[in-house]
Amino acid sequence: MAILLDKSTRLLVQGLTGKEGTFHAKQAADYGTIVVGGVTPGKGGTTHEGWPIFNTVADAVKATGANTSVIFVPAAFAADAVMEAGDAELRLVVCITEGIPTLDMMRAFTHMKSKPTRVIGPNCPGVISPGKAKAGIIPGHICREGRVGIVSKSGTLTYEAIHQLSLLGMGQSSCIGIGGDPLIGTSFVDVLKLFQDDPETDAVVMIGEIGGTAEEDAAQFIEKSFKKPVVGFIAGQTAPPGRRMGHAGAIIAGGKGTAAEKMAALSAAGVKVVKSPADIGTAVKSLL
Amino acid sequence: MKIHEYQAKQILATYGVPVPAGEAVFTAADAKAVAERLGGGTVVVKAQIHAGGRGKGGGVKLAANPADAGTLANQIHGMTLITHQTGPEGRKVSRLLIEQGVPIARELYLGIVIDRAAARPVIMASQDGGMEIEAVAEKTPERIHKESVDPATGLIPFQARKLAFALGLEGDQVGKFGKMLASLYAAFVGTDASLLEINPLIVTKTGDLLALDAKMTFDDSAIGRHPELKGLRDLEEEDPLEIEASKFSLNYIRLEGTIGCMVNGAGLAMATMDIIKLAGGEPANFLDVGGGANKEQIRNAFKILMSDKNVRAVLINIFGGILRCDILAQGVVDAVQELGVGVPIVIRMEGTNVEEGKRILRESGLNFTTANSMGEAALKVVELAR
Repeated sequence: MAILLDKSTRLLVQGLTGKEGTFHAKQAADYGTIVVGGVTPGKGGTTHEGWPIFNTVADAVKATGANTSVIFVPAAFAADAVMEAGDAELRLVVCITEGIPTLDMMRAFTHMKSKPTRVIGPNCPGVISPGKAKAGIIPGHICREGRVGIVSKSGTLTYEAIHQLSLLGMGQSSCIGIGGDPLIGTSFVDVLKLFQDDPETDAVVMIGEIGGTAEEDAAQFIEKSFKKPVVGFIAGQTAPPGRRMGHAGAIIAGGKGTAAEKMAALSAAGVKVVKSPADIGTAVKSLL
Repeated sequence: MKIHEYQAKQILATYGVPVPAGEAVFTAADAKAVAERLGGGTVVVKAQIHAGGRGKGGGVKLAANPADAGTLANQIHGMTLITHQTGPEGRKVSRLLIEQGVPIARELYLGIVIDRAAARPVIMASQDGGMEIEAVAEKTPERIHKESVDPATGLIPFQARKLAFALGLEGDQVGKFGKMLASLYAAFVGTDASLLEINPLIVTKTGDLLALDAKMTFDDSAIGRHPELKGLRDLEEEDPLEIEASKFSLNYIRLEGTIGCMVNGAGLAMATMDIIKLAGGEPANFLDVGGGANKEQIRNAFKILMSDKNVRAVLINIFGGILRCDILAQGVVDAVQELGVGVPIVIRMEGTNVEEGKRILRESGLNFTTANSMGEAALKVVELAR
């Protein structure tokens, strides 16, 4: 068992017939994930790379028993795809798509409140549980099975952390990219709660960045209730205020959301905060 | 995307928000005629730049008559306006808003933003109009009243009434405020705004409500479905290199330092800037070439980096997940040969096909400095930029 994904995961790819969807469906299947099919409206009844394609998520669930989906559809249609997955009551939907209008996601999350579905992302690299399964774009070959959990707002910075841990001989239990958008479905606190209850996770790496208050919320939760050691890094210590640093959510607005505030909050909560992104791996090593 | 005050007021007016009568001018010579068209009385001459604090910086002046308006317009147009938001270099003023003067009884604050934690729009209102809302939030947070809007229902009239009474409005002002707030909310949602701020929202001496200032920022991810907004972008407000980079879909932000950075992924790009600073250097830019960068993109990125004359050395930090290191290496070699890059280049790459990538760099005959970790790369590039 790992958090979010396990051997019972039956993965559906929304947007499987697109270039990205095809590439990552194959990668996920190669990694051992059970990929059951795809959804592309209008292409139902066809097959693509051997997978059955359905017009709707509901059809796909009925035919394949899919319980998780990963979304690779263009930004203009992605919020719709998230809601459709929720409507079909999948347990988990991972939205990779970047550049979805904020108000679209706001409406989608309002819709999803009444659904049993957990949303990861959008604008995220997805989830991988090394040796078990993956839903998203995190390259499997850089991961090693192990007992360190990673939760991060960033994609390549997550890969960096995985790489540093793997080099030092520490594998990962699960790596979750929660996404760099202002509105996301699963927060740091949500993932920390999962890691708390996960017997396969001994320590956690948390990678935040400027903007919003999700890191401060996590600090509060860690101080009160989190029992495992945490190493933290906050990207954007040198970011100028008022500028959006690539991620739609990464902006210091009205003097709020700075890296300094977040690092101070996490340090005060007992997190081992590293200033340099090169020190993530060694910091974890020092705690275990 | 940011726009000017006069553009925001034009948009708001189409949604039925009351704004003062006024016109934008692009030359000082037109100011007098506009002031005459507005009735010949008192007008306000307002510098239009994408930064706050214009009044304190001397960019907003009251003119008693059209002749005065012409004189003041001459002073303000073309000036370099320095405010706490422009940085010490300031902004050149090339547009003015000439607006009818209005007798003010009260100044209020009204803002709409997205509450990230709640995933809802939140309306903020305060009796402390005309001040910086951040300062009010810091010192007297109890003076800011908030209403969270359910996206499913939209703004409900009672929410507007609650705010109206909290603002101390009375009589028919309460109804006027409700109507105005409904229009503002419709404008916020209708334009995919990420920020809408009226500061101040004034009560005139005759008891009317007016948006005396207006600030709107739009969600860059939604601009594509708003053709009416695209033309409002003012390129003069942007850095020329950033404009160039945006043509190639490169995420580039120019900074003050001497070390150019090329990175894939926004988080890693920020972290690379951070580690350069920790190593004693100053990053010249933020640049995310994206996860699927190809040869062409790398060439474009080099062009942008090399156009910044402050750049004394370049750090390329790539973690190849989907982007393969051999493709990247070949792209770098080609770009350097083609563009004749003259500054030292430090390359740190890791991930898919890294050995093949390193071989391409080694055998290129070009003088790259390679590094095996981010930390090592930062130290090397800082040394080379000295």
